[in-house]
Amino acid sequence: MNTMITKILWALAYLILAPLIGGLLEGFDRKISARMQRRVGPPLLQPFYDVGKLLHKQTINVTKAQSFLMLSYLLFMMITGVMFFTGIDILMCVFVLSTAAMFLYFAATVTSSPYSTIGASRELIQIMAYEPAVLLTCVGFYVVRKTFEVGSIVKADDSAIRYLPGVFLAFVFVLTIKMRKSPFDISTSHHANQEVIKGVTSELGARNLAYFQITEWYENVILMGIIGLFIINRNPISIPIAIAVVLIVYFLEILIDNCSARMKYTQMLFLAWTVTLIASGCNIWLLMMILKD
Amino acid sequence: MYAIPFLICFPLFVAFLLAFAGKGKAGNVITIGGAGIIMLSSVVFFIYCALNGFEGMELFFETEFADRLILLGEILLMILVTFQCFKHRKYWISLLSIVPTCMIAYMELTGEHEEIAHIYVDRLSALMCLIVGIIGSLIIIYAVGYMDGYHAHHKEIEDRRYYFFLLLFVFMGAMYGFVLSSSLIWLDFFWELTSVCSFMLIGYTRLEEAVTNSFRALWMNLFGGLALAIGIVYYHHFVGDLSFREFIEEGIAGNPYSVIPITLMAFAALTKAAQLPFSPWLLGAMVAPTPSSALLHSATMVKAGVYVLIRLSPAFQDAVTEELTMTGSMISIIGGFTFCVASVMAIAQADAKRVLALSTVSNLGLMVACAGVGTPETIWACIFLMIFHAVSKALLFLDVGATENSLFSRDIENMHGLLSRLPRLAVFMFIGIAGMFLAPFGMLISKWSALRAMVDEKSMMTLIFIVFGSATTSFYWSKWMGKIIAHVNLETTTPVKDVTKKSELFSLWIEAVLMILLCILFPLLSKIYVDPLLDDMFASNGEVLPMSILYMLVVIITFVFAIPLITSAYAQHLASNTKMSYMGGINTGTNHNFVDSFGEPKKLFLTNYYFATRIGVRKLMLPSQIITLAILLLMGCIIFGGAL
Repeated sequence: MNTMITKILWALAYLILAPLIGGLLEGFDRKISARMQRRVGPPLLQPFYDVGKLLHKQTINVTKAQSFLMLSYLLFMMITGVMFFTGIDILMCVFVLSTAAMFLYFAATVTSSPYSTIGASRELIQIMAYEPAVLLTCVGFYVVRKTFEVGSIVKADDSAIRYLPGVFLAFVFVLTIKMRKSPFDISTSHHANQEVIKGVTSELGARNLAYFQITEWYENVILMGIIGLFIINRNPISIPIAIAVVLIVYFLEILIDNCSARMKYTQMLFLAWTVTLIASGCNIWLLMMILKD
Repeated sequence: MYAIPFLICFPLFVAFLLAFAGKGKAGNVITIGGAGIIMLSSVVFFIYCALNGFEGMELFFETEFADRLILLGEILLMILVTFQCFKHRKYWISLLSIVPTCMIAYMELTGEHEEIAHIYVDRLSALMCLIVGIIGSLIIIYAVGYMDGYHAHHKEIEDRRYYFFLLLFVFMGAMYGFVLSSSLIWLDFFWELTSVCSFMLIGYTRLEEAVTNSFRALWMNLFGGLALAIGIVYYHHFVGDLSFREFIEEGIAGNPYSVIPITLMAFAALTKAAQLPFSPWLLGAMVAPTPSSALLHSATMVKAGVYVLIRLSPAFQDAVTEELTMTGSMISIIGGFTFCVASVMAIAQADAKRVLALSTVSNLGLMVACAGVGTPETIWACIFLMIFHAVSKALLFLDVGATENSLFSRDIENMHGLLSRLPRLAVFMFIGIAGMFLAPFGMLISKWSALRAMVDEKSMMTLIFIVFGSATTSFYWSKWMGKIIAHVNLETTTPVKDVTKKSELFSLWIEAVLMILLCILFPLLSKIYVDPLLDDMFASNGEVLPMSILYMLVVIITFVFAIPLITSAYAQHLASNTKMSYMGGINTGTNHNFVDSFGEPKKLFLTNYYFATRIGVRKLMLPSQIITLAILLLMGCIIFGGAL
């Protein structure tokens, strides 16, 4: 019964805190990016002001289906997060995550708008680029821990990253794609100056855009959770270390975002798959050979 | 137990009736009635087996008359094939039929035979019967309506539809015979019968392309049949037994003389399951009318290959070391490779039927890879893949066929906004595609189980193939789905008339409902049917999937169905302001045109990414055939060298 209550608490904590954490992270993101570009930048809480304002506007759309698809996107992301933070099977989380991503694609392509549709197609290419690395990350955890359950993975004696440096590297690499940061901000960008205007989000107005924003926060927290999973073990000291690693990785993403130019999708696909195959694939292959049961 | 001869012979009897049906409407009645009875009898047979608790039943020990009949059948098949080959001047292909038939006939007429059971019924064969019976009959019922529309559009093709239905029925009979036979000779006969039937179905239109493709299908399948016949004769020569069950048990026990026959039989299964390098026959089979491709792809033909591999799979684990044998790794690598490469090739296709064909090849690859590893987990995954694939592929094929009859095109680009233009067909298509790759449909959970098992078995190659293959799989399915749901303004597009016939709709409805039922009930199905099946097969006792996963799946399933329903109900009443889509300020007042540089309205045309020049079939097929052929030759040499 006790474990049940902890699980429910974790789920509630995720549902309430994740947008706050995600929003704060984005606030820091904007501030640090601004400083890197020698600007003052918006206040830390600007993302919340933005979303608040968007939520109060009247919904604008091209077709009504958009709202329902965006809401589904949001809800599926929440479920993924709840599954992850209550310690259920990580591979299943990834599968549900990709189902969630599909709804964003639908929301963009349902409009038949040129910019939105191109962005949607590119989003699919992004998914194709990062999916192998994400799946191999789950496999990596399974090789080391003999289980897909997040709850059991965190109870191990040592950190998974000791065995999975290559997998970690590949995951951080595709994280840039997943978070749509430059040089891989191909389907949409945080700055509306690219050739496809705002890509997937072109036709998302007012409330729908707010849903998108909130979903992104939820998603980022899950992704950071997976980064943390590489570090966390039974020892409580690992928790602050994990938080530190997460912050470093996030900072790294901001840095890369600010100092690189956008790539072509072919380059992205090639690079992502090569890194996945070499870093993650070889890592797991070696582990399989070394870890004889 | 007269149900079994009935199951096998009744379709052949209907086929016989159809031969005399002439051109009137009587043929349609016979066809629909026959298909209905077959479907009903397969369900009754399944229920009968269920009431018996699916005890393994060995039947028909003394079958001298049937043996003679089957021998006669084999010789007739040989004559038929030889005749066709000479007629079309493909002389060498006839050898692929003459040699194995003579070998089998010689063995049967001269050798000593122990008394064996010729029919064996267990959970696996009962399940296969059910799949063949339900899906196959639905396809035949659909065909009655479809062929009407087909011949209305294709005046240049001679209307021989009752010959076509006849072939479909023979095919069904052959499939029943194949999955129920426990005698290797019977197995071989039904094997050849399916090969020849598919050859004749593919060549139905008698167009030049159809004839070429049908002969390609023929030689590839007969080549597999040759391997099967050699395996049987070799096994009979050294072990002296002709029971399929004994054969597998010898394999599990590690009899050195069964290594080569098992490898040959697995090789034959690869040809039938259209794995690389033999995939082109299944892709070429697309020239035939849709029902025959649906039958070949979903319920029968290719599933025969998978069925054999599932049967053989316990023998892929070495009896002593408990590791994967060379044969097993060969099969799983070929399967994994095919899964990955075929799904990459599918990305480049815009023709809906070709996408379906390549996705069949690719999914079969996954099943073959699972069967090759041969552990309870992977066979569990394989069986579920097979069930889901049979239903969703039949649904998709039939739906694409119906869409083609209404839309006069099967190009995916022309399906833009299908959901508003042909809503019924689009919804069926959507369900079918979702069944192929979205959570929580069976494909996904099978992938979950397959990934886990691959790690346990340390098959790194197959693992990598599955991981990359599943990324490319979701790419081509989702871009298709995106096309279907795209928003169109009905007032400005040319209207499309839904000309789907009642018999077609009947099949589509049943399959769509089956698909959803399977998705909801599959934890139950796993518990009460597939788990015991594996217990029989592997003499193990355990749940393949932990209960926690199953419970979680039920929850996810509920959410997946509930969330879109709730959100759409909510969004219906949302006050919203509908605007034009963004086109940089050059809209012309509709979302379908923009102002071009001459100030004229220009039609907007949206298309998906295909990368056809980089990853098309033309580009990738030959290299991947060479690679797989090299793998087969290399590993085959090692296996044969080790065994001889």
